[in-house]
Amino acid sequence: MDVIVCVKQVPEVIDADLKINREATGIEKEDLVMHINDWDNYAVEEAVCIKEAQGGTVTAITIGDDESEDVLRRALAMGADKAIRIDPGERELDSFVISKILAKVIKDLEYDLVLTGVQADDDNSGMVGIMLAEELGLSHAAVVTGVQPEGDAATIRMELEGGLDEIAKIKLPSLLTVQTGINDPRYVSIMGIRKARNKELAVVELEDLGIHEDHLTPMTWIEEVFIPPETTGAEMIEGDAASVAAQLIKIMKEKGVNI
Amino acid sequence: MGEICVVIEHRKGEIRDITFEMLFKARELCRAFSHRLTALVLAGKDSGLANGLAKWADRVVVFEDDRLETFNADLYKDILNRVIQEDRPFMTLMGHTSWGMDLAPALSVKTGLPLATDCVDIQAKDGRPMVVRQIYSGKLFSRVSFKESPGYLITVRPGAFLPPDAEAGSEGEVVNQDMPADLAEPRTTFVEFVDTGAGEIDITQADLLVSIGRGVGEEENIATIRELADRMGATLSCSRPVVDKNWLPKFHQVGTSGKSVRPKVYLALGISGAFQHVAGITGAGTVIAVNKDRKAPIFRVADYGVADDLFKVADALKEKLAGA
Repeated sequence: MDVIVCVKQVPEVIDADLKINREATGIEKEDLVMHINDWDNYAVEEAVCIKEAQGGTVTAITIGDDESEDVLRRALAMGADKAIRIDPGERELDSFVISKILAKVIKDLEYDLVLTGVQADDDNSGMVGIMLAEELGLSHAAVVTGVQPEGDAATIRMELEGGLDEIAKIKLPSLLTVQTGINDPRYVSIMGIRKARNKELAVVELEDLGIHEDHLTPMTWIEEVFIPPETTGAEMIEGDAASVAAQLIKIMKEKGVNI
Repeated sequence: MGEICVVIEHRKGEIRDITFEMLFKARELCRAFSHRLTALVLAGKDSGLANGLAKWADRVVVFEDDRLETFNADLYKDILNRVIQEDRPFMTLMGHTSWGMDLAPALSVKTGLPLATDCVDIQAKDGRPMVVRQIYSGKLFSRVSFKESPGYLITVRPGAFLPPDAEAGSEGEVVNQDMPADLAEPRTTFVEFVDTGAGEIDITQADLLVSIGRGVGEEENIATIRELADRMGATLSCSRPVVDKNWLPKFHQVGTSGKSVRPKVYLALGISGAFQHVAGITGAGTVIAVNKDRKAPIFRVADYGVADDLFKVADALKEKLAGA
């Protein structure tokens, strides 16, 4: 089973203080820590697990500048066999353009399965994976929490809303967008990354792919980034822990809870 | 006159809430753009779904076939593509749900129409839609424009538009369509639904929930919060990251992919407040949030907030309760 996994480097935002850039079209990224998109980390682990169980290869692909090679080195350390970085130069990319570029590179590779994360924690669009599937003419499924490939099909589990999952059979080759929690991604040590140094990491220049200019023009763009509008919000309780605790207990009792 | 098309989402014979939320917003947009509103139903034979929708739309277009009993990406994509080529709707709305996420991006590539996903608002500007979306885990918002196009595809965040209980409206016309003879061969086959919510405790029945999120940090730290919950007579629940890491079983999870809860008090400890989580606590009486990040989105929906270390607050609560 040959698996291709698409990964993206994104800023770590959960605990970060985000600043909107001067043009109000994005954020200042200089001071932010970059890491592999959480969903993609699960996708890499799933790809490697499938290879370990069934044999075959794993190829990790990203689009980005040379600093984004960190996420590829990480994927190689986790067990991917080779990696490809596509350098977009200075171009502005949206999901449409990204999926076109990925399709152009992937269509010439050997694969049974393409995995991506459900979404990336920057624009939170969740578009590239399924767009890529359609570009490549593959069967596809989104928000996948289980994959069991068997011959020319796979049994998959998809997460729906309200605590319901759907089990389905899907014909291969297929593209699946992987949900967090599908597995337990392995730890990656610095030593592991060093050891994976000898694995192949190819760099492809966007210009060399011969993609028509029309396909490199974004279909949507951000006009403005802004801070969420003020809501009434929470009444903040200040003070030392003991007085905060006393106030919380009082509030809970007032709201009819027996504690 | 143009058209705004809403793709109806249903499961196990029931129309899902997102459908009415989209129809409600689409009606407002129809007024702004002077378009007519079409509800598009893809369902199993004799589903009876069209009748409940007629008062919400000017037209209900129905494709019914055994193959459409449950969502299928290949079949939905094929039929929607035909409808879009034929009727050329100005705007097509789908839910930003698991199914919508599987359908909309593929439909965008197939039709060549631009798509914006997970929109929390849709506005009109110069005859084109402009949408509002959350980015960076909901910490910021963005206003997104589309290139000029004969049609636009938009997926709508569940819970973004809340319709009144009864939408007054005229009876829309129900149009039954024949299935295309050369329909695509589906490459995915439905097997079964599995309920992942069942477990030894039922968080939906609790009056007081003590709920933990990513901020709990380590699996070992859960014991001390469990102790607090026990002392308070509360039930322990959690947000997604805790289940993803296998620290608690899925039946503890609150949110869109977990359970919707309605306790008298919801005490959120170290939960940042992603919309998928917040959607599960809209029925809670009072929400109290403790998070060391004063800018965490949870404080926007909580009634009371404490910007401090959750363990410090938990220990202080335990002490107070022991002394009481």
